[in-house]
Amino acid sequence: MARMKFLCDTDRCIECNGCVTACKNENEVPWGINRRRVVTINDGQEGERSVSVACMHCSDAPCISVCPVDTIYQTADGIVLHDKDICIGCGYCFFACPFGAPQFPTQSSFGSRGKMDKCTFCAGGPEKVGSIDEKRKYGSNRIAEGKLPICAEMCSTKALIAGDASDVSDIYRERIVWRGSAAGAWGWDLAYGRRKREQARGEAK
Amino acid sequence: MGLGLLFLLICLFGAGTALGQQQESMSQRPVAAPQGSGDIGSDYWRALRQGESGYSASAPGRQSDLINVSGSAWMTQRNEEVTKIGAWAFAIFAGAVLLFYLARGTVRVDKGRSGRVVERWPLAHRIIHWWVAVLFIIQLFSGLVILYGKSLLIPLLGKETFGVLAQLAKTTHNYLGPLLFVGMVVMIVAWLKHNIPKGVDFSWFAKGGGLVGKGHPSAGYLNGGEKAWFWLVATVGGLIVVTGMVLDFPQFGQTRETMQSMNYLHGVAGLIVGAMTIAHIYIATLGTEGAMEGMLNGYVDVNWAEQHHDLWYEEVKDQAIDAESLQQEGGSSGSTVGGDQPSSSPA
Repeated sequence: MARMKFLCDTDRCIECNGCVTACKNENEVPWGINRRRVVTINDGQEGERSVSVACMHCSDAPCISVCPVDTIYQTADGIVLHDKDICIGCGYCFFACPFGAPQFPTQSSFGSRGKMDKCTFCAGGPEKVGSIDEKRKYGSNRIAEGKLPICAEMCSTKALIAGDASDVSDIYRERIVWRGSAAGAWGWDLAYGRRKREQARGEAK
Repeated sequence: MGLGLLFLLICLFGAGTALGQQQESMSQRPVAAPQGSGDIGSDYWRALRQGESGYSASAPGRQSDLINVSGSAWMTQRNEEVTKIGAWAFAIFAGAVLLFYLARGTVRVDKGRSGRVVERWPLAHRIIHWWVAVLFIIQLFSGLVILYGKSLLIPLLGKETFGVLAQLAKTTHNYLGPLLFVGMVVMIVAWLKHNIPKGVDFSWFAKGGGLVGKGHPSAGYLNGGEKAWFWLVATVGGLIVVTGMVLDFPQFGQTRETMQSMNYLHGVAGLIVGAMTIAHIYIATLGTEGAMEGMLNGYVDVNWAEQHHDLWYEEVKDQAIDAESLQQEGGSSGSTVGGDQPSSSPA
């Protein structure tokens, strides 16, 4: 069984925002919501780096843990999805998410936020695969078609890699062997290491 | 408009530090580490892990930070602290009330009913009380659904059915909240003058308030226990409605950090007052014979008044009237809330 992950190689990301645009187009994301964003550190200065961020589909995801209606779930492939029909728009997933992935179409009086929206790893949602409802609520289901997320597929410098963890790691490992350093796999420890860290802490006690 | 400004002020006050951080990040100071070499070392990534933010063309103004540092702390607070505090608070208060009832039973009116009554809570005050009480109970239960429903109700109802219930709970909670806020403000202002602590209140506590031990310590219009409950509601309860308003109107630029801390305080304060409400309801109903009548039809038996509020009774005993004349005046005996509203100006 695959374990799907994103990896943004910050030694390659050039802040073209192609991933953001491709995602928005492919998934017909509501106005005002970008499921993916590119953040540049030290913009225009020495040590500038850019990172493309969306939902990282964490192991032991905080959003799943805080959701009061248990509408967020993880597929067998490790992809974190949610059911918009059950979502009550409380905003808790946004409070807890380390990467700022969950977003809401509105933010108005009496805590009205609408249904949460976030990156689906181009894997649609709980609706029937390929249905109009799936497309309307969650966007494309490229995974069901045997394709990878559009953001990574469109990345002009192949900074953003998506796929099974072992393939992603192999590609990145090959790169760092050639480079001789491995600083750039941004966010991996935080997204995929929480349970391991907690286990290590438990064993230390 | 004025209310909106008030929220804004509260939000700004709460968000002071977070806003400061945001402004700092807007000035684009370089992330620690690379001096000259352009080397992106571990310090660089550590700074990002600790919440350093950058610039984003795709999410302007909002999400230029990479990591939500406080999210994990909030998750622990909400999932572990708040849920445990609530469970303990309810267990302790429900258990204490039960033990107390078994040990002490109902405090009777020692001399029995006299048939003469005196006015204790005029209509306007009863309306304030029930306004706050009914709304608070609804808010308490809808809040409990949101906090504990996932673990207690989903196994019973399933996700879809519970989702409908939770949506109803959240909507109700968010729309009634401002009404509770207004009720709390009116109630605190209206009852403040009765609740200034006096010397007699401390000796009331020292003697166990008539609930513990023998005899009935002296008390004025409100006894020490009632005053303590008022101040708890005014402070901790006040915290509930103020934090609730900040959460309920997210459009005034509250940061994620503000919402996290407000949510934490809201939960803890709500559960504490919610659990203590069990004791309040017990004392007013099962615990003390004759007490509830004052909040239902406004009048209490003079023997009850003399027993529980002797100093107040001395002041008002010449205003006592026959219970029967009250019934004739206001129709049937008031056993339901709002069903019977006797005149607020007794003869």
